[in-house]
Amino acid sequence: MISLCFFALFITLIPLISILYEVIVNGIGQLNIAFLTEEIYPLGLSGGGIGPAIQGTLIVIGLASLLGIPIGVFSGIFLAEYPYNKITFFAGFFNDILSNMPSIVIGIFAWILIVTVIGWSVLAGGFALGIMMIPLITRATEESIKIVPSSLREASLALGIARWKTTLRVTVPTAKKGIMTGILLAIARVAGETAPLLLTILGSRFFFSSFFEPTAALPLTIFNSSQSPFVATDWPKAWGASLVLILLVLILNIVVRLLTREKFER
Amino acid sequence: MKLIEEQLTTYSPQKKRKKNSVKIRITGDSIFKSFLGIIAFLVFIILGLLILVLSLRSSLSIQTYGFSFLWGTEWNPTPPGGGSPVFGVLPPLLGTIATSLIAILISFPLSMGIALALSEFTKKRINFWVSFLVELLAAIPSVIYGLWGIFTLIPFLTQNVYPVIQNLFWFVPFLQGATHGYNIFTGGIILAIMITPTITAISRDIFAAVPNSQREAIIALGATKWESTKIVRKYGRSGVIGAVILGLGRAVGETMAVTMVIGNSFNLFDSLFDPSYTLASLIANEFTEASSPEVYLSALIEVGLVLLILALIVNVIARLIIRYTKRKFRGVETF
Repeated sequence: MISLCFFALFITLIPLISILYEVIVNGIGQLNIAFLTEEIYPLGLSGGGIGPAIQGTLIVIGLASLLGIPIGVFSGIFLAEYPYNKITFFAGFFNDILSNMPSIVIGIFAWILIVTVIGWSVLAGGFALGIMMIPLITRATEESIKIVPSSLREASLALGIARWKTTLRVTVPTAKKGIMTGILLAIARVAGETAPLLLTILGSRFFFSSFFEPTAALPLTIFNSSQSPFVATDWPKAWGASLVLILLVLILNIVVRLLTREKFER
Repeated sequence: MKLIEEQLTTYSPQKKRKKNSVKIRITGDSIFKSFLGIIAFLVFIILGLLILVLSLRSSLSIQTYGFSFLWGTEWNPTPPGGGSPVFGVLPPLLGTIATSLIAILISFPLSMGIALALSEFTKKRINFWVSFLVELLAAIPSVIYGLWGIFTLIPFLTQNVYPVIQNLFWFVPFLQGATHGYNIFTGGIILAIMITPTITAISRDIFAAVPNSQREAIIALGATKWESTKIVRKYGRSGVIGAVILGLGRAVGETMAVTMVIGNSFNLFDSLFDPSYTLASLIANEFTEASSPEVYLSALIEVGLVLLILALIVNVIARLIIRYTKRKFRGVETF
């Protein structure tokens, strides 16, 4: 039975290896400067690149971070520092619920609140992804602050420093690494989200022009190219874009792992 | 004696503090706390708005179709002959349930195996990197799963797996019919791969939280290594159920990968090898093109509302079970 357990592990890792293999093998031939910087050509035309998609993904992640990081970090601090509060009891629970909300529902939410007002735009995409980041960052912040030894806090309080100053100057800096890794993981998670972007930034072939216009993004480019009937011209582009996206996500994940390694190995 | 008690109650620090705090003083602390509190409160506002806004925008469709929306089997925004549009979501609802159940059935034994292997049978250092690999599965964007599904998984399944299943289970009614690979079964398999890391991670944590005294006790009774996991499994049972339901919640809401491999055809399926729809893929496919009539958009938003409610129920149950289990363990550890 024990070997069956390891067999299950083996079976599960096959898809991972297969996906990484396919993406690398099919995508590596695409990677060159032109592909990374040029405009997206219409489906069926060979040539062109994914420049606008890379740019759009970075912009939309930036906007999402502007919304998600401050709210996530501050509410995480609250949950960790005031654990016996009524808000804390329920907020922790509802954070978990929100973090498992189907992403397409968040997309509809952003569509109703923002797209119906200002139209398909990168702002709406940033809003949707930002909402998705909040519970992830909140949870990570809360957990990394909770493991800060209370002796540190007590030492600072004993020196007569106010509690809020202790939190901001002693507790949060000590937990900085954990918070950073949480933020990186949240970014990695939303960078690949497609469904909410489909309903908010819509996709485009051109470089970013305004916050109120439809914009391109890597996941959307992959999706559109994979749905194209022109297999010969468009599927290689989908693989190339996948390689770029997966590199982004993998690098973020590996950085996080290396940062947290000591904690686990001790 | 009584005097001392009286003195104690009057001069206890508890009482003193209470007296002071009657006055509301604006200090750095109180400002800081209320500022953070307001931000932490935002999550309620977001969830409340989410439900409110989706209900409001779908009210047109709710009023027009009522509960028949849930068991209607027709989806026709512009019926031929110019009749009024008809919307019913039974087929995608069943598609969602079918794909999620297939995913759970495949993923559950795998996740249990991995979780036990990681919590009971591996060293810490190996554990760290293997857990990382399993978690990487969760990190891969779903659109890449979809691309891989179209390009690698579907050809593999249609050539090597589906014919075998159909030959073995020729007598099972819902495994009949020709298939071109884009079907409910493929959707279920992709979902199984995607939710395995979720179920594994939570189950592993729950197994690891089982107090060591329990393992030692059963090993002292002469159990083998495998038999000793029996106590772990029994102890973690409710937590594992929570993890599985949480995985179910993931599967219900997953959009892109399923959209890309399920075939997107609006019909009540007779076989798991039929193309179908899920709630999420219906929205993803039609939302941007749903401009007229107005009730069309409203109906699509109602699909989102159905999905929201489904996910809410599943997730609340899962989280309550997991919380309850963790609390139970904490109680045990103090002994």
